[in-house]
Amino acid sequence: MQHALDRTLIVMPALNEAGSVGEVVREVFSSLPGATVLVVDDGSTDATTAVARAAGAIVATLPFNLGVGGAMRLGFRYAIDRGFDNVVQLDSDGQHDPASIRRLVEALDGADLVIGARFAGEGDYRVRGPRQWAMKVLAAVLSRSAGTPLTDTTSGYRASGPRAVRLFATQYPAEYLGDTIEALVIAARAGCVITQVPVAMRPRQAGVPSHHPFRAAAFLARACLALVFALARPASSIQAGSK
Amino acid sequence: MTLASYIFGIATALLGLIVVIEMLRRHRLRERHAVWWLIAGTFALLVGVFPNTLRWAAGLFGIEVPINLVFFVSIATLFLVCLQHSAELTKLESKARVLAEQNALQELRMRAVEERLAELIEERKAG
Repeated sequence: MQHALDRTLIVMPALNEAGSVGEVVREVFSSLPGATVLVVDDGSTDATTAVARAAGAIVATLPFNLGVGGAMRLGFRYAIDRGFDNVVQLDSDGQHDPASIRRLVEALDGADLVIGARFAGEGDYRVRGPRQWAMKVLAAVLSRSAGTPLTDTTSGYRASGPRAVRLFATQYPAEYLGDTIEALVIAARAGCVITQVPVAMRPRQAGVPSHHPFRAAAFLARACLALVFALARPASSIQAGSK
Repeated sequence: MTLASYIFGIATALLGLIVVIEMLRRHRLRERHAVWWLIAGTFALLVGVFPNTLRWAAGLFGIEVPINLVFFVSIATLFLVCLQHSAELTKLESKARVLAEQNALQELRMRAVEERLAELIEERKAG
């Protein structure tokens, strides 16, 4: 198990998270000593890069904001360049508990993509209203597409195995919501085995959560749009490893 | 049609064409983007010089008021050019994204190299 963690890169996309990123990086190191953490500073205007670097993470700084999708693609490319097998995506706002990384990576034994699901029993993370409906619809459609029951398709807490890393290094979508919804469709279509592991969510350490009713409705619309286009696009395949 | 409006039509078409050609000449416009404007300008000039061609073409499509053919073709051309620009924008954005990613990766490598170099210099000083 320790062996698998050695070959795992923990990627943390961060946009203006100077208030929490340092603490999260230190937490990762304390629960997984010797882990490799890559913080991708997605065009922050605050001290995110300096704070993360001081905490001991490798920090890649993007010259301008690319969104979570762009930041993650950078992470996948870095993983390939440096010979990491697995990539774990972890939010830098402290919502994801780094203690669950171990279980996510363990689940990669039987899967190519493991999603840390927030509503699968553990923890008390709840959403209501349009956002909840959107998540239910997405879960139903994507479960069909993936051929396995998924309850939390917009979770950004996920682990990718070698096959998924190779796929995502070239195919990771950079549009809004592409990094969660479309990425799942791409993986399922390319024949990746997808599974989920229940994880607990914590309240944010800093920053503001987006729970406006208007924002929630916009989220529903954009999520459906992203899903429809993801399903309508031609399928991609995993390129053979060049190692 | 008065002589004044006849001359006005030709002058406008010529002005449009001259602007496009001048921009091409000064490399302010690439050929692949200018081609639609050249075609549109040429058509405008043709119709301006020979108004009967417009009447003939409108009759061909069964359009009763010839000017409607002008509006239709103009709007269609503008729509297609706009669409082409959106596609180009998407392409440029994805190119910029790749460059940004590569830039960040290069910076990481550079930092690692610099750190290693500093270490080696320290070692040499010490030893």
